[in-house]
Parts: sequence; structure tokens; C-alpha cells
Amino acid sequence: MTATADKPAAEVVDTVTLTIDGTEVTVPKGTLIIRAAEQVGIEIPRFCDHPALKPAGACRQCLVDVASPAGPEGKLRAFPKPQASCTMTVTEGMVVNTQHTSEEADRAQKGVMELLLINHPLDCPVCDKGGECPLQNQAMSHGRPESRFVDVKRVFEKPLALSSEILLDRERCVLCQRCTRFSKEIAGDAFIDLQNRGAQQQIGTFDEDVLDFDGYRPVGAATVDEAGKAFSSYYSGNTVQICPVGALTSAAYRFRSRPFDLVSSPSISEHDSSGSAIRIDHRRGKILRRLAENDPVVNEDWISDKDRFAFAWQNLSDRLTRPLVRKDGELVEASWPEALAAAAAGIKAQTTGDDARGAAVLAGGRVTLEDAYAYQKLARVVLGTNDVDARARTASDEEQAFLGAQVAGTGLGVTFGELEKAPTVVLVGFEPEDEGGVVFLRLRKSLGRQQVVAVAPFLSRGSEKLGATLVPAAPGREAAVLADLPADVREALAQPGAVIVLGERAAEAPGAFAAAQDLASSTGARVAWIPRRAGERGAVEAGALPGLLPGGRAVSVKAARDAVAAAWGVDALPSAKGRDTAGIVKAAAEGTIGALVVGGVSASDLTGDVAAALESAGFVVSLEVRRSEIAEAADVVLPVAPPSEKPGTFVNWEGRLRAFATAIRTDAMSDHRVLDLLAREWGVELGTGTVEAVNAELAALGAAEAAHRPAAAKVKAPARNPRPKKGAAVLATWHQLVDEGALQDGEPYLAGTGRVAVARMSAATAASLGDAVSVEVSTEAGAVELPLVVTEGMVDGVVWVPVKSPGSWVARDLRAAAGAVVSVKGAA
Amino acid sequence: MTYDETTLAQLTEDAAAIIARYPVKRSALLPMLHLVQSVDGFVSPDGIEFCAGQLDLTAAEVSAVATFYTQYKRRPNGEYQVGVCTNTLCAVMGGDRIWDELSEHVGVGHDETTEDGQITLERLECNAACDYAPVMMVNWEFFDNQTPESAKQVVDDLRAGKDVAPTRGPAKVCSFKQVSRVLAGFEDGRADEDQGAGTPTLAGLEAAKEQGWKGAAK
Amino acid sequence: MTDLVPVLSATWGSEQSWSLDTYTDAGGYAPLKKALGMEPGDLIQAVKDSGLRGRGGAGFPTGMKWGFLPPDDGGPRYLVVNADESEPGTCKDIPTMMSAPHALIEGVIITSFAIGCNHAFIYLRGEVVHVYRRLLQAVREAYEAGHLGKDIHGSGFDLDVTVHAGAGAYICGEETALLDSLEGRRGQPRLKPPFPAVAGLYARPTVVNNVESVASVPAIVDKGVEWFTAMGTERSKGMGLFSLSGHVTRPGQYEAPLGITLRELLELAGGIREGHELKFWTPGGSSTPIFTQDHLDTPLDYESVGAAGSMLGTRALQLFDDTTCVVRAVTRWTEFYKHESCGKCTPCREGTYWLTQILKRIEAGRGTEADIQQLLDTCDSIAGRSFCALGDGATSSIISSVKLFREEYEAHVEQGGCPFDHSAAALFDYSDTPATEEAHA
Repeated sequence: MTATADKPAAEVVDTVTLTIDGTEVTVPKGTLIIRAAEQVGIEIPRFCDHPALKPAGACRQCLVDVASPAGPEGKLRAFPKPQASCTMTVTEGMVVNTQHTSEEADRAQKGVMELLLINHPLDCPVCDKGGECPLQNQAMSHGRPESRFVDVKRVFEKPLALSSEILLDRERCVLCQRCTRFSKEIAGDAFIDLQNRGAQQQIGTFDEDVLDFDGYRPVGAATVDEAGKAFSSYYSGNTVQICPVGALTSAAYRFRSRPFDLVSSPSISEHDSSGSAIRIDHRRGKILRRLAENDPVVNEDWISDKDRFAFAWQNLSDRLTRPLVRKDGELVEASWPEALAAAAAGIKAQTTGDDARGAAVLAGGRVTLEDAYAYQKLARVVLGTNDVDARARTASDEEQAFLGAQVAGTGLGVTFGELEKAPTVVLVGFEPEDEGGVVFLRLRKSLGRQQVVAVAPFLSRGSEKLGATLVPAAPGREAAVLADLPADVREALAQPGAVIVLGERAAEAPGAFAAAQDLASSTGARVAWIPRRAGERGAVEAGALPGLLPGGRAVSVKAARDAVAAAWGVDALPSAKGRDTAGIVKAAAEGTIGALVVGGVSASDLTGDVAAALESAGFVVSLEVRRSEIAEAADVVLPVAPPSEKPGTFVNWEGRLRAFATAIRTDAMSDHRVLDLLAREWGVELGTGTVEAVNAELAALGAAEAAHRPAAAKVKAPARNPRPKKGAAVLATWHQLVDEGALQDGEPYLAGTGRVAVARMSAATAASLGDAVSVEVSTEAGAVELPLVVTEGMVDGVVWVPVKSPGSWVARDLRAAAGAVVSVKGAA
Repeated sequence: MTYDETTLAQLTEDAAAIIARYPVKRSALLPMLHLVQSVDGFVSPDGIEFCAGQLDLTAAEVSAVATFYTQYKRRPNGEYQVGVCTNTLCAVMGGDRIWDELSEHVGVGHDETTEDGQITLERLECNAACDYAPVMMVNWEFFDNQTPESAKQVVDDLRAGKDVAPTRGPAKVCSFKQVSRVLAGFEDGRADEDQGAGTPTLAGLEAAKEQGWKGAAK
Repeated sequence: MTDLVPVLSATWGSEQSWSLDTYTDAGGYAPLKKALGMEPGDLIQAVKDSGLRGRGGAGFPTGMKWGFLPPDDGGPRYLVVNADESEPGTCKDIPTMMSAPHALIEGVIITSFAIGCNHAFIYLRGEVVHVYRRLLQAVREAYEAGHLGKDIHGSGFDLDVTVHAGAGAYICGEETALLDSLEGRRGQPRLKPPFPAVAGLYARPTVVNNVESVASVPAIVDKGVEWFTAMGTERSKGMGLFSLSGHVTRPGQYEAPLGITLRELLELAGGIREGHELKFWTPGGSSTPIFTQDHLDTPLDYESVGAAGSMLGTRALQLFDDTTCVVRAVTRWTEFYKHESCGKCTPCREGTYWLTQILKRIEAGRGTEADIQQLLDTCDSIAGRSFCALGDGATSSIISSVKLFREEYEAHVEQGGCPFDHSAAALFDYSDTPATEEAHA
């Protein structure tokens, strides 16, 4: 596995040579003057310009003097007036004079600065942007000490809530349109736009009160979601970051801090498998905000709102700081040595002796590469079991075989850049906007140049924004649909660079992995696996799956086991087939498992009877950041560090190592270190005490040779659609990006931007319920009731509800996963 | 959406006719907003929602357009939109005085509507009839060479329910909604109605005749 | 004495001048048939040779604009007629379309044929509903007569025309703003390049021409290049509508060769209203620097007006006599630009906001000597800095009036009010009571 940058482009680039402030610079043809100036370290002030957005030329702050050769003799001819350097591309022999060398340019810039300030409020002392504000900086360095404007300033009510998270102070706005351009060009969420005109022009949603419209607020498709929410974009926080003044602020950060009081630490987001680069700004050990860091090969300039705003979870009042040991039925604080001893003793008591039962390890999908490695090594070396799984979701043997054969240890596969350039992308069990975060933005970047095909029960809003076409597939039927794709899609997949994306939900579709691989081999397309959670790929690399050892080695292959055993200095590794997460929960509930080691799993994510499993297992050790449901039921609770308080590595879906350092130093330990300490109670040196130690072991192990990898699982795809009877439907479900996931706890402003939970059905399916406005979806385990939204083009006989949104916790309430047949009942 | 079924069906049919005029459907937005005004008497939030739905836009994108152009009204407009040009030339020639007297006479100011819902007053920018200054527009028909008295008379007659003819234009001023429908591109059969080309329009032609110039005309 | 040359205006006095029959009886649509028999390239060359320059204000050579279109790539290309006549003082296209809409339609068909366009648009400002009626009817009549539609007169040439009503925004007269507006967007100017000729309407090659320019094409085709070039001056060929308004005895449309002088026009129009003298005037609308009596003999062609420090613009001659307060006039124009600024760029949006406040203070007698300099300084921050020409236009009357009538600004400051009796400027009698004037202060 290597983490190199994308392969450098070998194309020959046409260049242009020009002179800026007397310095000659050669840049690619088509470069804007303002960018060319940056190359030689000349900063031209700007507000509307942003390298990731199309030029606007609106603020006029970047005016420079330009002359270019003209006529047959190429005599230098000056433009009669200063030109906006953010909109003009360079030409051969051009001579540019910026504010540093041209009095005219300097005068023009000062004039614009003065005009920008005439209506700008003097509220810098209370403005969030103060101290890191381009306008403030520019005014300080180039502005007049005193305003010549003595008349009446424009006033607006401040601030306006564009959403629960994004606040707009129109008085501070300089109308650079970065936010609206981002929303339209990048996110595809044109929920804000310029409103009114001239001096009254402002950014805004359609708000009839603000814009003085008579009438009531309408609700409908055009107001974005079924709740009529105006700016519920998953990417809205980027507008705050790129706002060059303090006009856009976030409710979460507003009035909380001063930039110069903050310590900034680079990090990697723990929220999805993209491995987005972020910056954590903290003060006295507390995170105050997170920002996108530019990473040209991964997230470019952007992150999702979840990446940005969901960080409160780790500092809530239920944060664990000291180990807990159950005494007389109560969890009480204990010292580390006491807790570790108690944990080991408890496990040993269950796993030895006459009525010994097995032990199992559940490591949630959010752990780092190093943590995942430690969990599986603990299971195999100390607990002697292959009952270890980091997939806290629906998983399958077929998926595991695919991951072992095609993903683990294969290094950098399809990259973000390649996904962006792919002429065709077929999505299977994957909703880029809901489940991919910035993957969605990369795909959207290619809107109009890329054909996206969604194999899904309906065309989601996210897919619509990608201009995707739908190949309808009822949940569970994906394999059959892939085997029988329309000819034009197959042809499109045959174009060089085409990609088939499999999401975490491919595991819910029997035969989907084989079908995708067949399709790939027949068309030449490549396959990319884009799981949802940040730790998934790392867990695959680390071997934290029941049938996989590190590097893609199959547990079932003796030579593979022996190789790992040798590396670990043990005689042998357990050879018995391990159980996956659902199997472990089931076995525990049935009483076959005596001890459970659980890290970072939300009970409510699992369809199995977790409560029964915790109850029936004789001893439970929980490694947790917070007092979770599982921690509450555990016998020993060992506190572990959240990502911001430890170093580690996420392996993103590309296979890129995304290492991060400790942002905030606390006493909290990583899972891998805690497990290392725990193993010592058995007298075992697990060797996972440090990130370096783990990575050294991983490097030494390397990737599996082909013969050591698992064989493809033979899975028969279901022959036909289940035909639900009247009153029943096939369940379709996935996570919405902003939902009630545990890592989004404690952030109400973000939660307010989440989409309202609805149940979706085709018109025909909805009609079978009579005149229903809401639907009750139920199984034997329970029911959820949600507003009904008739969805055009949806597969008949299917009902979709979100996995974990307000009022719809599918795993907990229905104990069902996609593809299950559920009862549906209309309600008026 | 609060449109009843009949209204919605008619709106949808008209919208389809408008959309059909253009290679790209978003071009239909301006005429569709005129169409909404022809039904609601202003650009209603419902109308914004309707346009957005028809054209696959967000409501914010539609209101961005609706709030850019001055002919789109955000609250129920009077039956007659009475605009007095107070741009420089008309203002100097007497437009300011006409505005003052008319506004006082009617009792409402700029962009305000009389309580009976008949008259909405507006201070207009140049309406391209400078050779007829001072100019007043009623529902976008020309009332040329106005005086305070003539302007007040027009408004009084309109409020009294009389048919009022512009100085150039059709036989009578139509209602705001009727005119909005024309602006949506639907003919109303009044194109041939005429009050005669005004003197200024023909001034050059007359002067040339007087001089006996045939000029370049064959 | 320069003769008037009624060409476009020749039929305006006829019975039902707007009807197809009247137009056809006067020889209309014969040029179309002639054009359809020509090679498109020859038509473009003829218009180039005629020296016809854009009549919408900028004066860019029309034939050259057509020639900028890239070679046919099989995709659509468009003609868009700019009928958004909104520049204060400009009132020539409205009577043209009201009285003889077919002249425009015929011009549209010939132009479309020349440039290879199969769908043309006429973007009419929305505030002239009777003109819209006439255009809608004229287009319908033209379809019925076979001048529009498929295989026009057996030529194999297809053309559809859509007449589109705007909704009130001066900025849409700027050609790229007009295109955005026609695409159903806010009428804000686009970045250039790409120019409309390369990527205009729907990002396709597009010619945007003014009404009068297009309406002049049939006559050029009919009477020939020599006929056209015989009129006007060396570099300002042909005839144009001169719109006289304001304190003139007979305001109206005077069609004359370019290069005619205001003195000549005034003679035909009966002079400045009786008992008064010309004080200042705009040669081409409110965006052009003002002139005074000193410019009565300036030939009204692009070059001479430019050399005299202004612009020919749209030949909108707004004439103000000695009763007019120049500060009042300029203040009102500036309010107009503030009202019509689209808001896109800082200099225009903020600058007009500021200028308006300063001017209103000066006009109301609450200004200072420093304010006059501030006006010029603020203009300096707008002119040449704004995104489009609207910002430049907003400063023209201010800069030129301060130069020509600085003492009048000073008088307002010194006297603490306007030295003029506004009622004297009106065309009707009333007593100028200060109470009502306050309304505008």
C-alpha cells in the first residue's frame, strides 16, 4: 500500500510568458493574471476570486494595468483602463503592473476599497471574521484611515438564518457571490441566490418576509425538501469558509472565539471514507470549529457539513475519562491497572474452564487502521478466535471474499481524480451525496462530461444533481440488474476509464460483487469500493474481518495463516471460520459466546438483538469514547481517545493512507494502545502500543500474494423480485448524510439542516394504500411512521425510509435491512 | 399550492405554450412571471413555486429573477398601474409636479395601492417616449403630454369605472391582469386599435414634407 | 442645409401603417425576396460595405459583428434584436416598432438568412404593451404570408421568430445582460470574452443588433450600398433617427443623414421653446457627456461628437433651456443609474449609491464645497472600473456638468438651496410651492 500522489500528467502544456511587476513568469496558457501573479509571489487583493470557482469579476478589487503586444510589429499597447486580473487570461508578452508598480492600479484598488467600505458596518470587534478577514486586512493595509462617506449607510436586519446552521449578515456582505457560485457550481444546491438588485441586492433564499412578498410560504418540490427547508445543503458550511467577509457565519461558531486565540491542527475527518483533510481549531483543549484544508488529490477545497460541524460528540457530558468496572451491578470508576486486570479476569473466566465459551471482538467501522489491527490481533493471538468484525452493518461473505481478493493490500486503486475523469460511473448500492460526502462533489465536478448511472430503487435528489440516469433495481435485485444492463450503459462502461462503484450496501445485494466483477471484466471498467464509514477500508487492510488476516490473506488458507503466525511469533493462528458482526451478535444472544470485546459500535446500528447478546454474554468489555448503550451494559469500560486526541491513520476508499497527528493532547489513549495493555494481562506482547509499531508490523507483513487470498464466494443471485402481497413492500433504506448517527450528537444546528425523514413509494404503490398522507412501515419487531412522498420513477412494490433519521431508526425499530419484506399501511 | 384545479390546469397549459417558444425552457421564466401576474395580480409565492416546478429551478432562483425586474409586483397590484415618469426630462417638463399632485389627489405614494384596489402609483424611469414629455403610463399604455389636471382626470375616470383611452394605443386601457397576459405573449386582438400616430412621431416626416424633400425615400 | 431623409419613418403616417398590407404596398418584403436570391456571404459583405454601424449606441460596425460568427458547426446560431430601448432620452425604436413593425421583421429575416440563424428573438422592454401587441401581430402576419416558417418562399431557409417581453430593467439593454435575461435569468452582464458572437444565447454563436440597425437592412438591400454610403460622413454612413425632446418647439423623430447638426435640426423643429435659450443637451442619451450651445454646429456623427468630448450614442437629443437647473437634472439621472444598477460590481452598485446621496444633498442646499470634489473623486472610482458601461454612463453627466456648470453647483452650496424656479421649466403653469418640492429633497 502506498500513498503517492496521483500520477503526474504527461501531457505537454502550452505555456505563455509574461512580465508581472518586472518579473518574468511562464505559466500554462489560459492562466488568469491573478494566478500567474501568485506564481511569482505577487498578491493582488481580491474578494470574489476563488480558484475553484468560475471567474466573476464582480468585486473589481483586483484591477491591474495591462499592456499586450498588438499589431503586426507586436508593439506593446496598454489597455485604456485597468483590467480585472481575476477574469483576464495571460497572453504572450503581456506586461502587467499591479498595485506595486502602477499608480493607476493602486488608485483603482483604493477606490474600490473605499466603495466596498462605505456601506460596511464598523462591527469588526464583534464579527467572527475579525482577525482573519480579507476585507479587514485589505482595509488596514490599503484603506483610508478615515471614511469620506458621511451619508446614510444601508442597513439590514442582522443576522438572517438561511438555515439553522448558516447565518447571513447582509450588511457585511460585499456581494462577491462566492457563496452562490459555490452553491450552484460545486454543490448543485441553488437554494441561495442574489435577490433584489442594485444597492438593495442581497444574498438570500426565497423568503417572502425578507423580500416583502405578500402571501404565505409555499411548500413544495422547489423549496428543496419536503419540509420546505430553504438551505438544507450538505455542503453549506463551505460558504462560510470561503466568505471573504463576516457575512456568512455558522450558528455553531458564532461569537465563540477569536481566530488569534485558536490553535490550528491539521487532521483527517472521521466521518466518511473519503479521508478529507481538515483543520481543527481548538482553544484550551476544546474544539471550536473545523475547516476544510485544501488537499488537491482528495477533497480539494471542500468538506461536507458533517465533516465540518459534527465534532461536539466527543466532548459531551457522557464522555468517558476514567475506566469503569462493574461492582455490585454498578459501573464505578477504577484505576487503569484495576480495570485492565478486571477485564482480563472476566474474559479468562468465560473462556477457560469446564463451561468455557468463546470470545468475540466487535470493532466498529470508525476505528483507525492501527486500532483495527490491534482488535484483530487481540482476537487471534490472545482470544484465539476469528470472531472479529469491524463491519457494524449488514455484511456478507461474498463481500469479504471480494475485499480480500480485490481490495486489501492493493494500494491506491481508482482515485478521486480518476473517478472525476471517468466517462461513465455506475453506482451500485451507493448514493454519493448521502453516503459519499465529497465523492459527490467530485462527481458533480464532471457534470455534463460524465455519464452517471444509478442502479437504485429511485433516482435520488443527489443523483439528479449528478445528471444521473436510473436503472431501476429493487433492493436485493442489483445483481440481476447488473447482469442485464441496457446495451447503452454497457457500451458506456466500455469507454476507457469507466468505473463501477460499489457502496457498503452492495453487501445487502446477493451476487452484486460477482455481477459487478463480471461486468468489469466484460467491459474493461474498473471497480471501486466506496464504503461509508471512515474505518472500513483500514479494517480490511488490517484484517479486522473474520475471514481476513492483514494484507488480504485468507484465514482459510493455511499458508497465509502460517505466514502471519510466523510474523507475529506465535505457533499458529486460529483456523476455525469466524463469524461476522451479525453472527457474533446472534451467537452471543444464543449463549454460545462468553466474552465480548466491543469498540465503537452503536447498538442501534445493528439489526440483531444486541441487548440479548450483551445480556447472554458472560462478560463484556467496552472500549468507548462515550457512555454508549453498550458501555452501559458492559462489565468493564475502557475509555479511549477520539480521533482529535490521538494519532492514527484512516485509509480512505482510494486506498490512500490518511495519517493524522494528535490535535489535542490529553491523557486519553488510542484503542490500539489500550488493547496492547490489555494483552499484557495474558502475558502477551501485542506490539500495538504505538502507531509506529503497528505500521512497522503492517509494512513487514505487506500484501498477500494471490494464492493466499480468498476465493470468490459462490453466491446465487435471487432469481426474481420478491413480489410483496398487498399491504407489504420491499424495504429500501440508506443513511442520509446528516442524520442521527452517534458522531453527530450534540450539534443541533447541523441537525436542523438534515432532510426530514419521509417514506417514498411509487405512485402505484402509494395508491394501493388508499388516500394516505403517511405510511406505517412495520415488521414483527416494530414500526416507524413517516410522511408519504410519492416518488416519480420509483420501482413498484418498494418502500424507502432513511436508516437513522428522526423518527426512522430502521435497525433498532424494524430489525430489518434493505431487501426485507415489510408491512406497509397508509394513514390519512 | 393553493391554485384550484381549473386555474392550475390553465396555468400549466399556458406555461407549456410559453415554454414551447424557446429552445431552452428556462427562457420561459420572464413571460411565465407575467403569466402569474395575469392570474394573481402580482407575483405570488404560489406563482414562484409554480414557475420553479415547471422549470426545474429552486424557489430562490425564481425569486432572484422576480425581484430583479421592476414590473414584477410583490403584493397584489391595483387594477391600474399608474406610472408618472420622473426621470430627468419628464420631471423637468412637469413630471415632478404631476407626480406630486397626482399622489396627493389619490392619497398614495410610490408603489402603493389605493384602498379600493384600483390604482397603484409608481414613479417611472424613462419609458422611451421623451418626445411626448411629460409622460404617464397606465398599465403600460402611453398617456402623452400630461398635465396635473389631465393625469388626475384619467385616474378619476378609471376609478369611476369609465373606459379610458390612452393617447397612443388601444381603444381603452385594459386591466393589469389582462395586460400581464399580453406580456406573457398571448395576443388580445387589440393590435389594430389605434389613436393615431402622435405628432412627435411624425414631426420629421412632416418637416420633410413641408420642405418638399423626398430625401432618400424612393 | 442637410435634408431630412425619411426611410424607416417614411410610412409612419400611412393609414394602418403597422399592417402587413400597408408595408407591402409601400414595397415592403421585396427586399426580402431579393435577399433570399443572394448568397448569405454577399449580404454580409454588402452590410459591411454600407458602413452601417450599430444604432443602439455603441456604433460598432454591424457587418463586422455578423462576420465575427465562427464558421457553421451544424449547431444553432441566433439573432437577438435588442429592443430594450431604455436609455433616458432615447425614443426612436419604440415608434419604429409601433408604426412599422414589419420593417424590423423583414430586417430580422434578412439578417437571419445572412448569418445562418433559424430562430431569432426580439427582446422588447416589457413596459410598452401596445408595441408588443404590434410585434406579436406582425410576426403572426409574417408567418401567414410565408415570410416566416419553413422553406421561406421556396428558398429552403427556415426561420422562427419569438418576440419576448422583458420586465423592467435598463441594464438589459447591455447585450450580455440581455442574453442572460432572455435565458430567464437576472439581467446581469456577462464576462467578455467569450463574446456573444462565439458564445451568446444558450452559449451558441449569437448576433445582438439594435432595432434600428436591423430595420435599416432591408433598405440597404433594396437601394444598394451606394445609396446608403452617399449619406452621412466619411466614417458615419447612412441615415439615423434623431430624437429631439425637451424644450423644443416641435419635439419628435427626425430621420436624417449622420453628420447633421443640432442647429439644423432645431431649425426644422421650430427652435428652442419661445422666449428661451438652449442651455445644455445630451447628444446621445443620459449616458453621454452633456453639450451646450457651443456644440450647436458639431456634426452629429460618431467621430465629431467623440472629438468634442461626448458620444453620439442613440442620437437622443434631450434639450434643456435656461430655466433648467443642471444640478437637478444630473441628480435625477444619477438616481436613475442607482435605481438601474444591477448590483453585480462594487463601483457601480456602491458608487451610484454614494453619488445619489451627495447630489441630493447639494441639490437641497445641504452640500459643501468639498462635496463637489467628492463627486468627481467618486466618479473616478467608478468610471473605467465598473464591470460594464452602466457605471461609466452614470458618471458622464456628473463629470461633464461639473466641468461646464461648476458655478451652478457652487450656487446651490452657497445659497443653501436651488436657485431655480422649477415651475418655469415645466410645460404647464403652476406655482412652485416649496412644500411639494420637499418631496424630492
